[in-house]
Amino acid sequence: MKALVSVKRVIDYNVRIQVKPDGSGVVVDGVKHSVNPFDEIAMEEAVRLKEKGKLTEIIAVTVGGAKCEETLRTALAFGADRAVHVKVDDEIQPLTAAQALAAVFKKEGAELFFLGKQAIDDDAAQTGQMVAALLDLPQATFASAVAIDGGKATVTREVDAGLETLEFDLPGIITTDLRLNEPRYLKLPDIMKAKKKPIEVVGLGDLGVTATAGLKSVKTANPPKRSKGVMVKTVDELVTALKAKGLI
Amino acid sequence: MSKILVIGQHADGKLNSGIAKVVNAAKAIGGDIHVAIFANDGAAVAAQAAALDGVAKVLVVDRAGNDDYVASAIAPQIVALTQSGGYSHVLAAGTTSGKDFLPRVAAKLGVQQVSDVMAVHSATSFDRPIYAGNAILTVEAPAAPAIVATIRLASFQATGAAAAAAPIEKISVDAAIPTHTRFVKLEAQKSERPELQSATRVVSGGRALGSSENFSIIYSLADKLKAGVGASRAAVDSGYVPNDMQVGQTGKIIAPELYFAIGISGAIQHLAGIKDARTIVAINKDPEAPIFEVADYGLVGDLFQLVPELEAKA
Ligand SMILES: Cc1cc2nc3c(=O)[nH]c(=O)nc-3n(C[C@H](O)[C@H](O)[C@H](O)COP(=O)(O)OP(=O)(O)OC[C@H]3O[C@@H](n4cnc5c(N)ncnc54)[C@H](O)[C@@H]3O)c2cc1C
Ligand SMILES: Cc1cc2nc3c(=O)[nH]c(=O)nc-3n(C[C@H](O)[C@H](O)[C@H](O)COP(=O)(O)OP(=O)(O)OC[C@H]3O[C@@H](n4cnc5c(N)ncnc54)[C@H](O)[C@@H]3O)c2cc1C
Repeated sequence: MKALVSVKRVIDYNVRIQVKPDGSGVVVDGVKHSVNPFDEIAMEEAVRLKEKGKLTEIIAVTVGGAKCEETLRTALAFGADRAVHVKVDDEIQPLTAAQALAAVFKKEGAELFFLGKQAIDDDAAQTGQMVAALLDLPQATFASAVAIDGGKATVTREVDAGLETLEFDLPGIITTDLRLNEPRYLKLPDIMKAKKKPIEVVGLGDLGVTATAGLKSVKTANPPKRSKGVMVKTVDELVTALKAKGLI
Repeated sequence: MSKILVIGQHADGKLNSGIAKVVNAAKAIGGDIHVAIFANDGAAVAAQAAALDGVAKVLVVDRAGNDDYVASAIAPQIVALTQSGGYSHVLAAGTTSGKDFLPRVAAKLGVQQVSDVMAVHSATSFDRPIYAGNAILTVEAPAAPAIVATIRLASFQATGAAAAAAPIEKISVDAAIPTHTRFVKLEAQKSERPELQSATRVVSGGRALGSSENFSIIYSLADKLKAGVGASRAAVDSGYVPNDMQVGQTGKIIAPELYFAIGISGAIQHLAGIKDARTIVAINKDPEAPIFEVADYGLVGDLFQLVPELEAKA
């Protein structure tokens, strides 16, 4: 059974992002980028399933510009067998990304698709669900535990009320939450080996996808800043201040 | 004029408290507001939705299994209703369930979802947070075929009670529902405390608590203040408290009047969840902790000493 894992290149989660003064976006040039943390978790989960003998092949996929090759190399170092780079020069909308990912899934005849629950740049948290809708396949989002057995997936999901368990017939789509696993540290030999693994480059046209215009970004702004408050020295001082404001 | 469909999410016979906020977001868009209840038997929940100010009509779609809110089963019903009703907007609360089923609706309608709307400029223009709320993006969405959006609950007040209840209509929708996905169970954390997302006061504990036993001092302070209880990711990952208590970029986004961050360093991902809190109080032994940069009141010291003292004096 083949699994597809999508990996997105995003600004590293430790970077304090800066909004461009002209409001056209955030500063990305010269800023450290990494694999979206949720996608590392997706990769790790697929690799563990392969180690358990549940998967025969793992294919990493990304949709993006030339620099996304690094992202795919990271996925290959994790243990993907090969990769597909859907190369696009302009920025694309989530629906277009989802259409491209759905087309790759179908073309590869994969049975499981792991995606992150959200990309930490746009925080849209919608791509996996859109892929599932486009393919009319089951989805289990925000997964914190996954078991694959007898053509079925049993997935524990982190929901507002607690933990929900869903079961679906394969093929299907799973989006990963933070507590699904802890991704391994990549070792140098794996990183070296990854350099030799194949990456197939395809265009949106090869997949029969045309980029759709969707949401237009009008402007990007800084959030309202919270002003620094006061430091109190004692609990009494704190309680007095909170009571004066009617907060307690 | 806009015709707005609000999805009335619910659990245990109760309308989600966020729906009153979604209705307020719908009022800001302006137009005819209908709330759709998908349930096994939606009569009781529909009555709660009909009592919200601004709602013109409540539609009830009863079907065995709808209470489970499995995305692949709910989405086709919403798509069918959107198309047959000619709705210009479909809105859901940005809860884990809204985030689960609504992108599926968007894809089926052939549009992008506008995720986490935090402000409405017009019927087609909205603000949404990106990069864990460290930037705000203003988007313009094409009006056709429909605008599909989740509402960031922390950004909107709840609508009030209606002078007269809106009419309730039972309808059926023509949708093929797949059987490939089955709900197995929900392990819900039962708590007598105020719900994290609607509590006016919240007390949160971090990694510094050190164990689930020690977390009792957080619960105890919360009970004294009639507050909800939250936690940092580190506290959840370490197993001190269950996942549904996580506050932050990947947990719950909350907007209480008063928030206590106790033994929490203030990582950007945590701050993403509390940006809209009215007043933030931080207790941390490290005077350099980033949480103090956003706290309205900061107190440096050992939480194990300060928290019991605070409970006694509050
Ligand atoms: C108004 C607006 C305008 C935009 N304009 C542009 C634009 O002009 N150009 C542009 O490039 N982007 C643009 N984007 C962002 C772009 O749509 C997203 O980067 C991407 O297509 C969808 O990802 P997300 O961040 O919403 O993902 P989410 O739905 O949050 O991501 C979930 C998961 O989906 C997978 N995933 C998502 N995208 C990819 C990808 N590209 N490759 C591999 N896996 C992926 C990952 O596994 C990820 O963890 C825009 C977004 C908005 C909201
Ligand atoms: C993709 C991604 C998503 C994330 N999402 C979230 C999220 O949604 N929510 C979230 O919270 N985090 C999230 N995180 C994690 C976040 O980056 C931090 O690691 C986390 O918030 C740290 O938790 P903490 O403040 O409890 O722990 P720490 O950072 O370890 O801080 C503990 C604090 O306690 C103080 N302390 C220690 N002992 C005492 C004492 N006796 N008395 C008083 N103070 C004491 C210390 O000085 C320190 O400041 C995410 C991370 C990533 C990468």
